[in-house]
Amino acid sequence: MKVTTLEPILREHPFFAGLPDTGLTLITGCAKNVRFEAGAALAREGDPAEHFYLIREGRVSLELPAPHGGTVKIQTIDAGEVVGWSWLMPPYQWQFDISAVTPVRALEMDGTCLRGKCDADPRLGYELMKRFSRVMVERLASTRLQLLDLYGVQHPASSPTS
Amino acid sequence: MKLPQSALLERASFDTLLDALRRRGFKVVGPVIQDEAIVYDTVTASADLPVGWTDEQDGGHYRLKRRKDEALFGYAVGPHSWKKYLHPANLKLWDATRDAGAALRFEEGDTEKPPKLAFLGVRSCELRAIAIQDKVFMGSAFTDEHYRKRRERIFTIAVNCGTAGGTCFCVSMKTGPKVTGDVAFDLALTELLEESGHYFLITAGSEAGAEILKELPTRPATPEDLATADAVVDRTAQNMGREMPAEGLPKVLLENLEHPRWDDVAERCLSCANCTMACPTCFCTTVEDTTDLTGDHAERWRRWDSCFTLDFTYMHGGSVQQSARSRYRQWMTHKLATWHEQFGSSGCVGCGRCITWCPVGIDLTEEAAAICTVENSNTATNISEPASRDPSP
Amino acid sequence: MSASLPNTMPGLPAAPLVPEPWQVAARREETADTFTLTLQPTGEAEPMRFQPGQFNMLYAFGTGESAISISGDPSEGSSGLIHTVRRVGYVTSALARLSPGDMVGVRGPFGSAWPMEDARGRDLIFMAGGIGLAPLRPAIYHALNHRADYGRIIILTGARTPEDALYLAEQETWREQDGVEGHLTVDRAETPWTHNVGVVTTLVPKACFDPANAVAMICGPEIMMRYSAMELRKSGLTDNRIYVTMERNMKCAVAFCGHCQLGPEFICKDGPVYRFDRIRFWFSQREF
Repeated sequence: MKVTTLEPILREHPFFAGLPDTGLTLITGCAKNVRFEAGAALAREGDPAEHFYLIREGRVSLELPAPHGGTVKIQTIDAGEVVGWSWLMPPYQWQFDISAVTPVRALEMDGTCLRGKCDADPRLGYELMKRFSRVMVERLASTRLQLLDLYGVQHPASSPTS
Repeated sequence: MKLPQSALLERASFDTLLDALRRRGFKVVGPVIQDEAIVYDTVTASADLPVGWTDEQDGGHYRLKRRKDEALFGYAVGPHSWKKYLHPANLKLWDATRDAGAALRFEEGDTEKPPKLAFLGVRSCELRAIAIQDKVFMGSAFTDEHYRKRRERIFTIAVNCGTAGGTCFCVSMKTGPKVTGDVAFDLALTELLEESGHYFLITAGSEAGAEILKELPTRPATPEDLATADAVVDRTAQNMGREMPAEGLPKVLLENLEHPRWDDVAERCLSCANCTMACPTCFCTTVEDTTDLTGDHAERWRRWDSCFTLDFTYMHGGSVQQSARSRYRQWMTHKLATWHEQFGSSGCVGCGRCITWCPVGIDLTEEAAAICTVENSNTATNISEPASRDPSP
Repeated sequence: MSASLPNTMPGLPAAPLVPEPWQVAARREETADTFTLTLQPTGEAEPMRFQPGQFNMLYAFGTGESAISISGDPSEGSSGLIHTVRRVGYVTSALARLSPGDMVGVRGPFGSAWPMEDARGRDLIFMAGGIGLAPLRPAIYHALNHRADYGRIIILTGARTPEDALYLAEQETWREQDGVEGHLTVDRAETPWTHNVGVVTTLVPKACFDPANAVAMICGPEIMMRYSAMELRKSGLTDNRIYVTMERNMKCAVAFCGHCQLGPEFICKDGPVYRFDRIRFWFSQREF
């Protein structure tokens, strides 16, 4: 498969929506089409983080080892979303497991390749950083809400006070 | 018949009024001295009234004092209010019985016919307070039958105030001291202690009142008598002990829910609930469910409650109003602000009871004024969302 | 302002403070701490007519009363009066000990209803957190029973864990119906789980609805409703198309006791269901 054929797919993905053609062309060289069966690992905690994924179809989950064995799913990410930012910052190591919950089609973006392009073209770098920052902030905000244990409190009308 | 009708009754004939009420089956209740305070209880003769007594009132201060005359109504209001008769502090709502077959039966409590009560000596502010509780218990989709059946059977003999208490502020609340025709009463008295004698100007406010007035040994009131009576009330109006800031109070309070004064008052407030018990309009209640020892008979009682208690807002997981600050704020913003939205008037009638009977002398008018002061208030910066809310969505 | 909504309180009880005896016909465990009671009237009494969103006061003999939303089908002829209850205190624990044949006292129905009439012709978004799905279920039943009256039906539910998710099998049957889109999320999952993991607000962008012609009904803890309303606004819904249901301590359910006040609102009489723009100011005040 020729990497250049991936440009239309990149352009369609919401994460890159509105990115100028020159930028898209630059990063297309870093993209690779991938598929995962349900249950397959996209990443393992502690492994070198050389990629991130644009999910095109299916659902993946971020997982951590549970305190008493097994794993805990702490977040799922669906088609149209992006997963993985450990490639952005040293030590470039995955902090979570990422597993395919369903069969998944995705674009795997090469981190080393992208960092190189961004260093060479700071405008592109800044644009990508803005997009990643937004995702990070949204994920952090919803994780904070999860911390509140939103449903632990009894609901009003169906929650008796005595 | 044309209302109002006025006439003069000599002090010496005052008991004929009580007789006329009794002949109609009314039990007369009114001011009497108990435990060094003027409270409301049964009155069988004018001699039962606090004849020649007055009261000295201030924040957290109440003392009875002798007057230089033999006035029957020469004092302001005491710790009781008429709500104890219309909205009893304890009332059985129902009985429940569980039979052997596990069947459950409920029987309504408080089914007896209440006594016909004549309220003697109801002040203008108190008439307003009764009108306010009428709205609470009879003015919405639901009617409280326990209140209604008591309310329907009362006869009110109002009194225009001849003495302003140290904590009174009815003038600034526009609720007194003169009894006016826009609130319901049967008879209104003005006590006149003139060199020419001790007598009462009596005005009828209802057909029933006019009927009784006709029976009393009165003489016609002259225009001079009416002027004398007006002067008595005018003098009272000039001598109010307190004043409530009037302009836009509800808006100012709701725009200043985080005003530092709330912290300040919370430092002093004991959350003792005295103000709410003494207040003639406070209506909150709780319920108590009990069972007997056999476990087959249960009762539910309704009892006065107060928004100053921690339990008041208890929900699973804790109380909504945890701090004394939030509870004082709830009480005051309800009384002076949100009450308007609920019932179309302030919940305060300016009687001053909450000030007098506060053990630490917290003064509602002073707290309201403090929140209205420009330097601390939020008015300039806060958007006026409460006022802009659609009142009828 | 305190005038009741036109759609409140059908069939006002004559003596609203005295319960009627009802019998437990069925009892079902939902999750570790929730259960559902189906009640039947006793003697000559009629089945209760109610509107989606209304609540009853349930009395456990000798223990006390609790405000519980009705969670059954509001349509005429549906069998039994259904409440899903979470066991949290004395009264609900006493209710939890009931079995078929036992008696409870019931007062109601009380309060305002979900805007099923005003929402006709629009897309419906139901958002529930935890047991908040119980007070919404009658509205969902109504929408499914009157499918032609509404556009798309979106059901977004959140729970702590898969084990805490309410009416799980029933949610599945809803999602299978035409024009119904359901998303389910939990805060964390240790067991196999193919639905979402994450906070319930993250489900909003996944749903397909017309923000210019949609009505949202949210039920859950206040904090959940606040963030859900915020997320819906981001999608283009306005506050006058968002409805929430409120909870406060309730003793009388008829606006006499004062306990349930939130600012000028008597939640029992003016609520519990509110259009968000009407309650928004008080919603964000602390300790009110």
